[in-house]
Amino acid sequence: MALFYGQELSSPLMLGTALYPSPAIMVEAFRASGAGVATVSLRRESGAGRSGQAFWSIVREMGIPVLPNTAGCHTVKEAVTTARMARELFGTRWIKLEVIGHTDTLQPDVFGLVEAAGILCDEGFEVFPYTTEDLIVGERLLDAGCKVLMPWGAPIGSGLGLNNLQGLRTMRAQFPDVPLVIDAGIGLPSHAAQAMEIGFDAVLLNTAVAKAGDPVAMARAFGLAVAAGRAAHIADPMEPSDMASPSTPLIGKAFLE
Amino acid sequence: MVRSTTSIECGPLMQVNVIGAGVVGLCVATELARRGMGVALVDREPAPGPHSCSWWAGGMLAPWCERESAEEPVLRLGMEALDWWSQIVPVARTGTLVLALDRDRKKLDQFARRTSGFEVVDGDAVTALEPDLAGRFDRGLYFAREAHIAPRDALAALHEGLAARGIVVRDRVPASEYSVDCRGLAAADTLKDLRGVKGEMLLIRCPDMNLTRTVRLLHPRIPLYIVPRGDGVYMVGATMIESGERDRITARSLLEMLSAAYALHPAFAEAEILEIGVDARPAFPDNLPRIRRDGTTIRVNGLYRHGFLLSPSLARMIADFLLNGTIPEVMDENRP
Repeated sequence: MALFYGQELSSPLMLGTALYPSPAIMVEAFRASGAGVATVSLRRESGAGRSGQAFWSIVREMGIPVLPNTAGCHTVKEAVTTARMARELFGTRWIKLEVIGHTDTLQPDVFGLVEAAGILCDEGFEVFPYTTEDLIVGERLLDAGCKVLMPWGAPIGSGLGLNNLQGLRTMRAQFPDVPLVIDAGIGLPSHAAQAMEIGFDAVLLNTAVAKAGDPVAMARAFGLAVAAGRAAHIADPMEPSDMASPSTPLIGKAFLE
Repeated sequence: MVRSTTSIECGPLMQVNVIGAGVVGLCVATELARRGMGVALVDREPAPGPHSCSWWAGGMLAPWCERESAEEPVLRLGMEALDWWSQIVPVARTGTLVLALDRDRKKLDQFARRTSGFEVVDGDAVTALEPDLAGRFDRGLYFAREAHIAPRDALAALHEGLAARGIVVRDRVPASEYSVDCRGLAAADTLKDLRGVKGEMLLIRCPDMNLTRTVRLLHPRIPLYIVPRGDGVYMVGATMIESGERDRITARSLLEMLSAAYALHPAFAEAEILEIGVDARPAFPDNLPRIRRDGTTIRVNGLYRHGFLLSPSLARMIADFLLNGTIPEVMDENRP
């Protein structure tokens, strides 16, 4: 299994901590999913006075590596400030870097992203950039010092799955040695399984579990799906073909009509 | 350590201190006094006001809608609230109308799947219920049994009712056999698993709009509701932020609430902003209320966003416990 900045994960499922009906249900969902990473979005208003402390301790007590993120930041400056605050609050160099470029689709501003990634990598952060499947942007992020890439499956919170499957396959082929995570757009366990089947190293999701009618049951389903997808990838799936290919050969059958 | 509750010595002649005069404390004091117990009500402030988070509440008695994200006890216990409050203040039993913008239509289906006690209404029915929303929504969910009250009137009525029984708020704790700790978030000093969930709300005046019932607009980010307070005044709420902060509204929250109100009807753009309220709701990790006994102190807390909805049933449970020794279903004794 891929290493994320030298760290092995207990599961390739990275699960978000927002939007659950209650923190108790969140904790139960994490347990049911077996998630290997907990992502936490940091609103600067809660960070400043540490007024979000009560919730963050619940997250920390789960004993899962925490990946703070800069969710909702629209500029390089905001993202960098939030990252620094997160490092102080959570005592980790990991940061999921989001620089949002478009209000309606929450598409990343890849130019700001590369710039912010450079600043943060220079400061010793271990950056998990939320990007698109664009290969050149991926290269620039690696040049900036990132050792993980996190392309979107579909817009954040949309649940549409892997919108550009071919683009994501190409990205996998282009960066064979870089840990790749599908971040955003996952709506169903089958989407997560598909991401793992095509060779991604992890998936990151939140809304699909937190906003399900039964978040705990859905979390369990996602845990099973990433395990199945990963097992399928390792098993080397058959290549699809355009033509039917009978699984029982005709020649040698006892009776032919 | 598990403490025994069976040894509680109780009866109508008992003297009980109720600490904290927010909605929980006032309801508990009222229920105990009604059932013949001697009550002393203690708070730093002499009367209800902006120091308690119930001052900023929506006052919705909407257990069916709340069930969308709350667990089962909120629906069952919340249903008690309507009749209880009817004895205190006017309860507007006008129901709740749940609507969604075209782009969020599927959220209405999802809300319907996760709730009960509603009928699906078409555009004509929406117009019949709220003529000012004519032509803006072609479908909605109508929760006919839901209601709302004016929280500040309700707090004042409880306060006056107690005063009429000779129970005034005092700022020192007298000697007593039992104390009921109803301090809300201030009790986080002893209730270690209590946390604050920040909420921001607005009070606006919009005489151009005449809504008669609570309207909820399903919104991708915040569950917006508008509660009519009469005379063109509306309460718009409320954000839910994992933070214990009790002041400071952000521009983001203000923008989200106002743009959602504007999306419900553009006339809200002309509204006058009367008040901006910020406070933190006391909540336990499962966002459900708890009653805990700690020696001769009984702590009731964690009503989260359901202060007015759940206070009546919790007050009843406290009274049943003190008078008859009935163990409340929301009691967990093994916690500090």
